[in-house]
Order: sequence, then C-alpha cells, then structure tokens
Amino acid sequence: MQYILLVYLVFALGIFVIPRWLKKHVGIVLAVVQALFFVYFFSRISDATNGSGLLTVIEWLPQIGLNLEFSLNGLSLVFALLITGIGTLVFLYASAYMKSYEGTDKFYFYLFLFGGAMLGLVLSANLIQLFVFWELTSFLSFLLIAFFHKKELARKAAFQSLFVTAFGGLLLLTGVLLIGSVVGSYSVGDWLQHAQSIKNSKLYVPGLLLILAGAFTKSAQFPFHFWLPGAMQAPTPVSAYLHSATMVKAGVFLLALLSPVLGGTDEWTYIITLVGVTTMFLGAYFSITQTDLKAILAYTTISSLGMLVLLIGIDTTLSIKAAILFLFVHAFYKAALFMVAGFIDKKTGTRELSKLGGLYKHMPITFVISVLALLSMAGLPPTLGFLGKELIYEAKMQSPGISSLVLILGVGGNILMVAVSMYFMVKVFLGKQGNYPKQPNEKGHLFLLGPGVLTLLSLLLGLSPAVLGHALVEPAISSIRKEIIDIELKLWHGFNDVFLLSLLTVMMGMAIFIIVYKRKQLLVKWRSINSYIFSIKFADIFSKSLEGFLNFSERNTKRLQHGYHRYYILTVVLFASVLLWFQVYVTRNWVFDIQFSLTPLYISGLVAIVACSALYAAIAKSRLATIISMGVTGYGISLIYLYYSAVDLAITQILVETLIVVMFVLVLQRMPHFSTLSSKLTRVRDLIIAAFFGSVMTVLAIKALHVELSEPISNLMLENSFVKAHGKNVVNVILVDFRALDTLGEVTVLVIAAMGVFILLKTKKA
Amino acid sequence: MNSVILQLATPYVRSLLIFFAFVALLRGHNNPGGGFIGGLLAALAIVFSSFAFDRRPVQRKLKIKPGGYVAMGLVFLLLSFSPSLLKSQMLMEGVWVTIPMGILGELNVGSPLLFDIGVFMAVIGVTLMFFFTLTNRK
Repeated sequence: MQYILLVYLVFALGIFVIPRWLKKHVGIVLAVVQALFFVYFFSRISDATNGSGLLTVIEWLPQIGLNLEFSLNGLSLVFALLITGIGTLVFLYASAYMKSYEGTDKFYFYLFLFGGAMLGLVLSANLIQLFVFWELTSFLSFLLIAFFHKKELARKAAFQSLFVTAFGGLLLLTGVLLIGSVVGSYSVGDWLQHAQSIKNSKLYVPGLLLILAGAFTKSAQFPFHFWLPGAMQAPTPVSAYLHSATMVKAGVFLLALLSPVLGGTDEWTYIITLVGVTTMFLGAYFSITQTDLKAILAYTTISSLGMLVLLIGIDTTLSIKAAILFLFVHAFYKAALFMVAGFIDKKTGTRELSKLGGLYKHMPITFVISVLALLSMAGLPPTLGFLGKELIYEAKMQSPGISSLVLILGVGGNILMVAVSMYFMVKVFLGKQGNYPKQPNEKGHLFLLGPGVLTLLSLLLGLSPAVLGHALVEPAISSIRKEIIDIELKLWHGFNDVFLLSLLTVMMGMAIFIIVYKRKQLLVKWRSINSYIFSIKFADIFSKSLEGFLNFSERNTKRLQHGYHRYYILTVVLFASVLLWFQVYVTRNWVFDIQFSLTPLYISGLVAIVACSALYAAIAKSRLATIISMGVTGYGISLIYLYYSAVDLAITQILVETLIVVMFVLVLQRMPHFSTLSSKLTRVRDLIIAAFFGSVMTVLAIKALHVELSEPISNLMLENSFVKAHGKNVVNVILVDFRALDTLGEVTVLVIAAMGVFILLKTKKA
Repeated sequence: MNSVILQLATPYVRSLLIFFAFVALLRGHNNPGGGFIGGLLAALAIVFSSFAFDRRPVQRKLKIKPGGYVAMGLVFLLLSFSPSLLKSQMLMEGVWVTIPMGILGELNVGSPLLFDIGVFMAVIGVTLMFFFTLTNRK
C-alpha cells in the first residue's frame, strides 16, 4: 500500500516535467490514475472483508513506537473508494473547469497530492503517521483555498482554515501522545487491545477531549464550523472534492476509527452527540438564508457532517450502519451539486440566487441531474438519500440516553434540508427567467459527466441497495463495531413510525419552503433577524481575537526587544553574573591555596602594565586613546602567553589585536566627536555592574585552577600527536586533526558572523 | 592616509607578509603557525596596503573577492573530508601519504593540510569581509 502513495507523489511531481502536448490533458491523465486506483481498491473488497483486512508494517523507529503501518480494512476501504472514485470524477471535471485559468500545473499538483494525503490518512494504522497525513491535508487545502491568491477573501479564508485545522491537528497530536503514553504504542491495533485500560486511565478524559477537538475542527463542527463556508473561495473542483470525499471527512474517519477504542463511555456519547446534533441543526438553519449557491451547499455540508458525527456518537450498530450509508449518500449528492453549481457559475456568470431562475430551459440535462441530487439531499425516494434518512431516523429513535433532544433537533434539521433543497431547485431552475450576466448554454459534456455518474449511482443504489450493503457497508461496520453482522438494506421499509416521521419531515419542509418562497419579505426579515441574533460572527471573532493576540505579542516584543544595544548588553551581563555568582556560592567548598609571588619581575611588571592600560581605557577622554590602551592590554596578554610557551596562541593574539586596532581606527574616523552624554548616576551604575561581572570572572579564573574533574586529555594528545598525526605542533594537530570538527564549527560561525556584518551594514534602511 | 614612505614601503612589506603567511601555513603542523595565523597574516597584508593607498583601488584590484575566499575556504574544508570517505575510514580521519624526497628525507602530506588550507582561505575571506564592510560606511 505504501507504493500507492509513492505513485501519487511521483505523478504529482511528474506534472511539472511532462511534455507540452500532454499538458492540456493533464487533468484527464490524473483522472485515469485515480480510476486505476479505484479499480485496485475495488478488487481488494474481498481481501478487506476477510477478517481484519490487510496490514503492512514498515519498521522505522520501533523503539519508540514509530512505524509506518498501513491497513486496509472495511472502514478504510470505504473511504479509499470514495477518495479515488470521486477523485476520478473531480479531475475530469477540473480538466474542463480549470482550462481558462493560469497556473493549472500548481493546481493539479496540490489537488493530486491532496488526494494522496487523504488516502494516506485513511490507510494509516499508526496514529503518529495519521497525524502527519492529517496536517498534510490541512496544509494542502490551505494552498488550494488560496489558489486565487490575488483575491484578498481567498487569502483570508485560506489562512483561517489553516489556522483552525492545523491547530486542531496539534491538539490531536497531543491527545494521541497522551493516550499513547498509556498504551506505550501508537498503533491502532495495540490501542484496540488495551481499550479497557485506556478508558480506566486518568489520561482518558484529557486525551479524549484533545482528540475530539482535532476531529471537530477538521470536520467543521460547531463552534469551529466557520472555516468551511470560507473555504468555498477555492476553485469549484476543490470544493467538490473537499466537501464530499476528503478533508472534512477526515474527522469523521478518525471518530469511526477510534470509536472501538475510546467509545462506549458517557463522555464520548454525550459530547459527540450534542456537538453533532447542534452542528446538524445550525448548519441546516444557516443554509436556508444564504444567497450564494456555494454557500448554501457549504452550510448543508456542515449539517451533514453534524449528522455523521451524531450517528457515530450514538454508537449502536444501527447508527454506524446509518453513518456509513450516509457517507455514500452525502458524498454522491454533494460532489454532484458542487459540480453543478460550478457549471452554472461558468455558464451564467453568477452564483447569486437573486440573479438565477428559469434555467431549465437553457440547461435541461443539468436540471435533471440537479433534481435527482437534490432529491437525495432532501432524503426523498427513490434515491439513496431516502434510504439513508430512514436509517438515520431509525437510529435516532433507538439512540440510548438523550433520544428526544436528538430526535427533535435531528428531524428539525432534516425538515430544513428538505426546504433548502426545494428552494435551491425552484430558485435556480424554475420560476422567472433570471438576470444572468452571460447567456447560458449547456456545452461541455465533461462538466456533466461527474454529476451524471454520481446521481445515476445514487439512483441505482437506491433501487437495489443490497449490493452496497453486502460489499461495503457490512465490512465497514464490522471493522468499527468489531463484530460480524449481516445487514439488510431495502428501499421500502414498510409503514412504520420511521415512515411517518419521514412523511412529517417532507410535509413540514414543503410548508416552510412555500412560506419562504411566497413571502419574499419573510426571508429578508428572517435574514435580518438571524444577523441580529447571531450578530456574533464566528469568523469575525476568530480574526479579532487573532488580531488581539498579535497586538499583545507585538507590544511585548517591543518591550523586550527595545533596540538599545547598551541595555541588551546590560541584561546579558547582569543575568550571567548573577547566575555565575550563584554557582560559585553553591560550590563554595574549595580551599584557596595560591601563592602570590612577584618573581619573575618582568612578568609582574607586564601584569601591572596590562592592568593600568585596561584602567586607562575605561577613563580615557578620547576614543583613540581608549583603543590604543586596549591594544596595549591585548599585546601584554600575548606576551604572557609567550612566557608560558603558548606560541601559537601568542601569535594569533597579536595578529587579531593588530587587526582590531586597525579596524577600530578606521571606523572611528567616521564617528562623531567624543562627548559625555550619560549622567553621573548612569556611569556609577555601569561601574557597579562592571565590577560585579569582573569580580565573578576573576573568581572563576581562580577557581578553575582548583577544579580537577578527571585526568586531563592533554597528555594523550601530546603522546599521539606525532605518532598518529605526523605533527610536532600539538596545537595545530588538535585544531586540524584531533578536533577538526570543532574547528569546522568555528569557521562556520566566523563565516556566518561575517555575512551578518555584511548584510547589516550593506542593507540600506527602507 | 597619504604617506609617501608608507606607500613606497608597502610593496615590500606586503610581499613579505604574504610570504610569511604561506610559511606559517606550511610549517604549522610542526612549528608555531597554521592556517588561522597564516590567514590573519595574509589578510593583514591587504589591510596594510589599503592603509597606505586608498581602500577602493585595493578592493577593486583583488582578483578574488572576500566572498570568493570564504567560499573557497569552505570548499577546501569539505574536500578535506573526501580522502577519509574514499578510504571508508571515519569521517575526518587523517589520511597520510609519504613522499620520498631523496636527500631531503621524506615528506608527509596528509588531508589535514587541505583542512588547514580551508581555514586559511576562510580566515582571509572573513577578515577582509569585516574590514571592507566596516570601512565602507559613509
């Protein structure tokens, strides 16, 4: 399975090197690749359904539980088929849609990698690995949303989505590490075996909350839903892919994957069901007042994601069955509707509901496809959507615990979905002729291929759902519920409570639609009421708080990085001397035994000269005098080196000293005249600090004589210098041979410093 | 600075400094000296002549710019690793070749010399970079 991902990478990179004549058809080529993988996964159905499925483990760092683990079981197979299948159609669509844009190479590169990353995610059986793919999808979706990067809205939306989803990803990682520390492994298989001990551990609740936060941000659950409508700034093929089969489904996948490990507790059930049902209702509620086709669809996606999360939270066999089925339902109709919306946008030049209408005359095939897809969205027979909705109602009615709330909000959400679907259909296709910027036609069969196939599938599978049930839904359920089950999927369930509920839903939905449609004023008022009640706009809150945070850190940075060099040095010196004094105090148990003697006299004299010139450097009234006396200090010290037979050191010191004096003198020519600007108090303060630092350095130097940590290494080097390194000068042998790596580091530091000086002084102030 | 004596002396002093720079570099393995000291001496030669004349003509006359010296130095440092790698020894382990020189005895040449040359070049480049950029301000 790892080879599949490699192929993805190779093809994605290959986009940039293919010959020009093929470039026009790159979308189709990539679609064919996706189709081949679809066929591959399709042929693996029987493998995946046998027991636990396929598992490949590539050891990387087994000591700390980091392995590449790929597994293909019922659950991942469902997702893999959706990713590759819908991916095929999306690429076909994109090859028509993206023709008129610049930079399509980049677009295909991102989108294809995006599909690959998503595939990697669903095939991962190690949670660290899953996290890597998780963040990869966040990152690639950022690039895709910002594809029209010249639009400010697109950039903002992309940043927002990256911030929310990548941040959620980090929370997920933390959660995974917490739970992983309980088990001692990050492999899903190991987690399954230790499910009970995980639930009993103290880390369960924090770990669960963090992992859920990751899943909720990715799957756009309330209150993190706001990034998803913003993401419609992406080109339409991306929206179709992102909403139906990838990205937002990652959170659902994660919940389904971990439900046997973390599920079954009160925390799991209540948090997930409540969040899911709230999201579902609010998504549907917001969608009805939108005016942009893609925005309507985006909000219905939020609602559907809420539904999926809710079903996983209910956590019965029936609800999981409903979830898997609804996954297909939603992927089919949502991809189809987005593609249709993009097509309409292309042909009429607008996505605004108020400018559309009466399109059925101009685009009859589109009309038929849309009606079928909308039927599925509304959950009406004979589409797969109907089946999904029936199952969902059944699951909700049987849900343990808070079933009444779930049922009321759930049905409310569905009622609104029916109304939205009707509204969408009537406003776009029926009614008066719209006021389009462009005269619509229906040329471009590639645009309609994808939605056509998807709605046809939805219709066929709705009529004979048993095929889907046995081949895909059953193994997926058994890989989540860890039990073998036999399920029956039928279109007609008989005349029971669920059917009554469905009937109620449809009637209520129609009623709402008719009220809204007949009284246009009502919708306008509704919108204003909405914007009044929900004057808290989540996206705005997000950007405001981000701005606040940036301001806060800017202020803090300004306080710390004030730009006064003297205070930086002051801080560093003070801090270092306090620490060093502390260290000297802690290790004070050493006996001071040094004999001072004045012989040989010339060394004592040298020391006196050095000390005097250092003192003079501090009090001199001219810069030149300061520098020259500092030079005297340096030369004096090098003479002391020479006396103790450190010839190399002495030569180096003399040369460096010379160069420094020369450079200082040259720089000084360009400086203003010396004048005393600091107050007396400042100078006293500086004197105290300097004395403080100087004294600690002195104490350290004396102490260094008294500390013997272990046998000095110098004898070893002396012995080996000529024998092994053919050199009589040990200092040089150490520099270029024994400790060559250190020298290399020092040279590198020097070079970096030189470049720093070069850049600092050469760059002009803007 | 505009001193005739200095300007007249410069060619000799400069040649001497550069000569001793190479001497320091080559004798470094057995006697005081080495790449660092040699590099400083060579840089000093150039600094000296830009003292005597003006900085600009000297800088213009340099065949290899300071950045070039730095780059060459780093290349030599990297090159000094290759013998040990080719002989599949530890990275940076010295590789020595003994060349017989007749009456003069024999000469040991090893990869540490390459390393020292690298240090030599890099030090020249870095020092000149400091020097030229610091004195170039208006």
